[in-house]
Amino acid sequence: METIKNYFFSDMVVMLGRSMRHILRSMDTILTVTITPITMMLLFVYVFGGAIQTGTINYVNYLLPGILLIAIASGISYTAYRLFLDLQRGILERFHSMPIARSSVLWGHVLTSLVSNTISVIVIILVALIMGFHSPAGVLSWLAVAGILALFTLALTWIALIAGLSAKSVDGVSAFSYPLIFLPFISSAFVPTNSMRPVVRAFAENQPVTSIVETIRALLSNQPVGNQIWVALAWCVGIMVVAYIFAMRVYNKRV
Amino acid sequence: MHNKAIQIEGLKKSYKKLHVLKGVDFEVEKGSIFALLGSNGAGKTTIVKILTTLLKHDIGNVTVNGFDVTSNPGAVRQSISLTGQFAAVDEVLTGRENLIMIARLRHLSNPRQIADDLLKRFSLSDAADRKASTYSGGMCRRLDIAMSLVGKPQLIFLDEPTVGLDPEGRIEVWKIVKELADSGTTVFLTTQYLEEAEQLADRIAILDKGRIIVSGTLTELKKLFPPAKVEYIEKQPTLEEIFLAFVGTTEDK
Repeated sequence: METIKNYFFSDMVVMLGRSMRHILRSMDTILTVTITPITMMLLFVYVFGGAIQTGTINYVNYLLPGILLIAIASGISYTAYRLFLDLQRGILERFHSMPIARSSVLWGHVLTSLVSNTISVIVIILVALIMGFHSPAGVLSWLAVAGILALFTLALTWIALIAGLSAKSVDGVSAFSYPLIFLPFISSAFVPTNSMRPVVRAFAENQPVTSIVETIRALLSNQPVGNQIWVALAWCVGIMVVAYIFAMRVYNKRV
Repeated sequence: MHNKAIQIEGLKKSYKKLHVLKGVDFEVEKGSIFALLGSNGAGKTTIVKILTTLLKHDIGNVTVNGFDVTSNPGAVRQSISLTGQFAAVDEVLTGRENLIMIARLRHLSNPRQIADDLLKRFSLSDAADRKASTYSGGMCRRLDIAMSLVGKPQLIFLDEPTVGLDPEGRIEVWKIVKELADSGTTVFLTTQYLEEAEQLADRIAILDKGRIIVSGTLTELKKLFPPAKVEYIEKQPTLEEIFLAFVGTTEDK
């Protein structure tokens, strides 16, 4: 058993290389992942934006954090899809009948999700810059933003792996991500929560997206982050841990 | 003990209330071709999954290459290879990349050389740098089996290897299986085609409703029936013979 454990990292590198090839050879997945959030950003800034009162002069600055979260939420559905295909096509069985560290299969998907979402986040930030986004934030704030986005990606990726492992059909695999994509709409991502009806407002102010969005927004505009950053981190880590435990349980049951 | 590749004693497995295997016993000699015959749902794949450590069994002793599948699955995996029912190749990767990936996962030195050798051996050199999704069914199966041979495992499991192949593809697979056995590899084959077992296997076991009902060499199985009578019948060519006569069994495909 110990000789197998020692191979965990080299096995994971092979798995990462494999699914990165999948991503690079289907650039359309990166396009689909980025194009919807970018279209939304254009729509909100140039069509609805004039009518939305956020109290800030630059609506792109206000909007960007929410758009990034939407991009990640739709990006991870491809992770679920790729894992589902591995299960369906029997390649997972081949891996599992080989002397490899079994969990490296899942971790390969997790790392790939992290890399591909980083690519789409960077593409979207570049488009936002063209649209007039600017930030006075320093390196440390940007690193903090990157860290929170990475945690958010990890948390959602483990949810995606549960979906990929337990789905019965291709449609089922992608369906789970719709609620995640819509969550930012019922948060302070697009409009301030004080304009919402009381019940909706209560939900919006206490769901994870709002605290994450507000933290990123504060970091990017050099405002104090206050308690929001801890709430945001607690949500991300909490979701990640619970999803990880469930995913591992489902995974061990499947194999 | 050491000349047995597989030993199964009193193997039982149930999925909830469904008893799939109700006490299976058999042994497979090293270096032989063993065919497990049975209709759909007889439990063939369940046995393969237990032997390849993909599934845990309920009761019974199961040893593969001398290692217990429950207490020493790592050693079992090291010494076997599985070619499942569906060609388990990565369609997005090229043939060469598929082979290199498996060689890396088996932690072998010089994966490129291993891939080149296998591509040549399975006449895939020309298609080596094409995505596996562009391969024909027969080519996919060849790549699939080639992937199983990376690292020269002592025992190879082929779960219904010719399902979905055209007659030429099937004959190609048969040829590969025979070559494998000639080189000393043990082959465990499941099939629902009687002809396949007849063509290839040294020993045959028939699995029905979760039990092995007969096992032995083909000659032994034939002895279970009354002696042959001589009858004169008009021999018509089978459709397969006609097909192969017209298409021609080209070896260099």
